[in-house]
Amino acid sequence: MQTQALHRSKIILSRTDYLLEVREFVGEAARTFGFSEEDVANIVLAVDEACTNIIKHAYQYATDKEIEVSILPKNRSFEIRIFDSGKSFDPSTIRQPNLKEHIGHRKRGGLGVYMMKKLMDRVEYNFHQGKRNEVRLIKYLSNASTIAQR
Amino acid sequence: MIDFRIHQRDNEDVIVIELKGYLDAHTAPDLETAFQKLMTENKFNIVVNCRDLSYISSAGLGVFMAYVEDVRKNKGDIKLTNMSPKVYNVFDLLGFPILYEIFKDEQEAIIRFHETKK
Repeated sequence: MQTQALHRSKIILSRTDYLLEVREFVGEAARTFGFSEEDVANIVLAVDEACTNIIKHAYQYATDKEIEVSILPKNRSFEIRIFDSGKSFDPSTIRQPNLKEHIGHRKRGGLGVYMMKKLMDRVEYNFHQGKRNEVRLIKYLSNASTIAQR
Repeated sequence: MIDFRIHQRDNEDVIVIELKGYLDAHTAPDLETAFQKLMTENKFNIVVNCRDLSYISSAGLGVFMAYVEDVRKNKGDIKLTNMSPKVYNVFDLLGFPILYEIFKDEQEAIIRFHETKK
């Protein structure tokens, strides 16, 4: 693991056409860190969901705002910190979605937060009104991944 | 670069929608437009072939959720087919296999439509 070399960050505009670029950026770093393809896919999806939520809810589709995605690999932990300066929200208000409730009602909020929790080992939020919001997504490298890497 | 494509085939009374590429918050509105068009044309027997779908996020899943009720009210259905394991895992994460019929092959889904009609 080239931990030091993997520290990197990227700033994108709050536009959905940048999601592909973010996915490629995070996917490459996760793969280099030693994750299996399945874990890489899960990490990439969680980051996509976090950025999509920021675009939709924090910035409410304003296209000229910034999202910063920082990757901090440390020992066996792969952490992604995502920052925005939009509207904060209380993640504790998001409960597990009931698919039947969502169907037909165009009620789509909450799916991304739920998926992030399922896809990652830890999800943390640091929201400060008037300051930058932060979402931390953490995945640990399992023994299985390390064996596969050798 | 074109990152998402939709191709529609009319197979008698069943519409087959082939998805190709990346279905995310950027491209989901394209799929929404396609479904909207099918609704206005009263086409409710829909098979979505995911063979060339490389990626899906919750924005894409949301489109299927938004239209399935309307489709079923009109005695139709949205059936999903040919998913790669990677794409299936995302559908599975939200419990789609309980509420949607998912087939390995497009033809199986078309046959199922014809069976339910009898």
